[in-house]
Amino acid sequence: MALLRCRGLRKEFGGHAVLDQLDLTVTEHRVVALIGASGSGKSTLLRCVNLLEEIDDGTIELDGEDISDPRVDPDRVRRRIGMVFQAYNLFPHLSVLDNITLAPRRVHRRGRAEAEAQARDLLDRVGLGAKADAYPDRLSGGQQQRVAIVRALANSPRLMLLDEVTSALDPELVGEVLAMIRDLKADGMTMVLATHEMGFAREVADEVCFLDAGRVVESGPPEQVLGEPTQPRTRQFLHRIIEAGRL
Amino acid sequence: MTLLDHVPSEAQLRRSAYRRRQTVYSVFVAASSTAALGTLLVIAVTGAPGWDRVRQSFLDPEIARDALPAVLTGLWLNVRLLVCCAVGALLLGLVIAVLRTLRGPVFFPVRALAAGYTYTFRGLPLIIVLYLLTLGVPGLRLQGMPPVLVLGGIALVLTYGGYLAEVFRAGIESVHPSQLAAARSLGLTYRQTMRHVVLPQAVRRVAPPLLNDVVALQKDVGLVSLAGPIDAVRAAQIATAQSFNYTPYIVAGVLFVLLAIPLIAVTDWVTLRAARRQSGG
Repeated sequence: MALLRCRGLRKEFGGHAVLDQLDLTVTEHRVVALIGASGSGKSTLLRCVNLLEEIDDGTIELDGEDISDPRVDPDRVRRRIGMVFQAYNLFPHLSVLDNITLAPRRVHRRGRAEAEAQARDLLDRVGLGAKADAYPDRLSGGQQQRVAIVRALANSPRLMLLDEVTSALDPELVGEVLAMIRDLKADGMTMVLATHEMGFAREVADEVCFLDAGRVVESGPPEQVLGEPTQPRTRQFLHRIIEAGRL
Repeated sequence: MTLLDHVPSEAQLRRSAYRRRQTVYSVFVAASSTAALGTLLVIAVTGAPGWDRVRQSFLDPEIARDALPAVLTGLWLNVRLLVCCAVGALLLGLVIAVLRTLRGPVFFPVRALAAGYTYTFRGLPLIIVLYLLTLGVPGLRLQGMPPVLVLGGIALVLTYGGYLAEVFRAGIESVHPSQLAAARSLGLTYRQTMRHVVLPQAVRRVAPPLLNDVVALQKDVGLVSLAGPIDAVRAAQIATAQSFNYTPYIVAGVLFVLLAIPLIAVTDWVTLRAARRQSGG
């Protein structure tokens, strides 16, 4: 069943179309990787799906509901979607535990004890149980990003949007974050991830979409898109990536 | 760790010895230059032709002792008024700042009023606000009019609330948009985002300038005496008129500085802590 369906999506910034006639369908329990050069619209697409940006045309359906309808309450939509950002965006004035329990307590109105028990359980599972009371600036980048993922998971989202979650990390810290995403896939989480890690996209994604100039130029199983691309622009992009030693 | 077994090299020992000698030398230079400047100042002031007259009319210990109780009583009024006005102005400033950030067409009149308020009361001299409230408002002869002291306090709150609102607003705007995106993506409403994510960070960031304005308020609190209440400055003025000696003003001035020191110390401490927090990231 299609959990997310974008049709004819368009988004303009200052007269320039960042997304143009974009179609994307994500089936439940599947992982879709968005690849493409910087400025190809990957991040913008994720922000539009989470209603952080207002779209200029097209429709977005989540679970069969048209969430691009202006009468829809965006807060209600966002409760069902977890988002993780490139720069972690943890709240620096809150401890790790408070970062994670903020939404369960304020949005879902759970009690403090219940929310904290759930948060500690999630932290234990990713090996960060000892950091529950630390503040974000005391953690490494990889630890911060894992906390950010836990924070998004604490809302029990139907869909996770991951926006280049390893791009700000030192190379030796990338692995711990990718391992966590691998576990999420094993648990059956539906995910859309924008990434520059081609090797990881090949391993974890069920489908890879190559974006260029705001459109999905080519999509399919990772072996096909990354291995035998049919579109010249995809080939060009992958060639540059290989030259840069990233594949 | 190897910290304990580490034996410093020859070069490091020489460097340390050199630095120690430099420190001793610096302390010596600082002490002598301070002593030289202090001596010069004392000679210049006490050697002035009118020094004896000035000392009699400004630094008379007996008059200082006589004036102290009255000035202290006045100062107690300053302190109470300061606490009430500081709390009132901080609350008013915060409310106005938040009102100015509200979005949506419904809030247009609220935004406009809040903006008009900050423009008006930051532009209007405090003395004029004080006169309008303490002399003009009672002139209306309405029933249940609060005492002049309260009206004076309201004038201070209105004026300082305008300044503090702008400080709060600067703090709110300094919180990075990515923090809002993160909060909203978790499903928090605009109000919850303000309350739990933006304001706590904003207030922490602008605590030093806010406290600085409170220090300024502490001095302006004395202006309510223009409308009648006897604060420390007015008490000193009365004592001066009785003795034809200006020493009570010095007494009041010293007490004001003493009162400001703890507040300034707190401001410095908060500033330092904020700076350390930022660099700690």
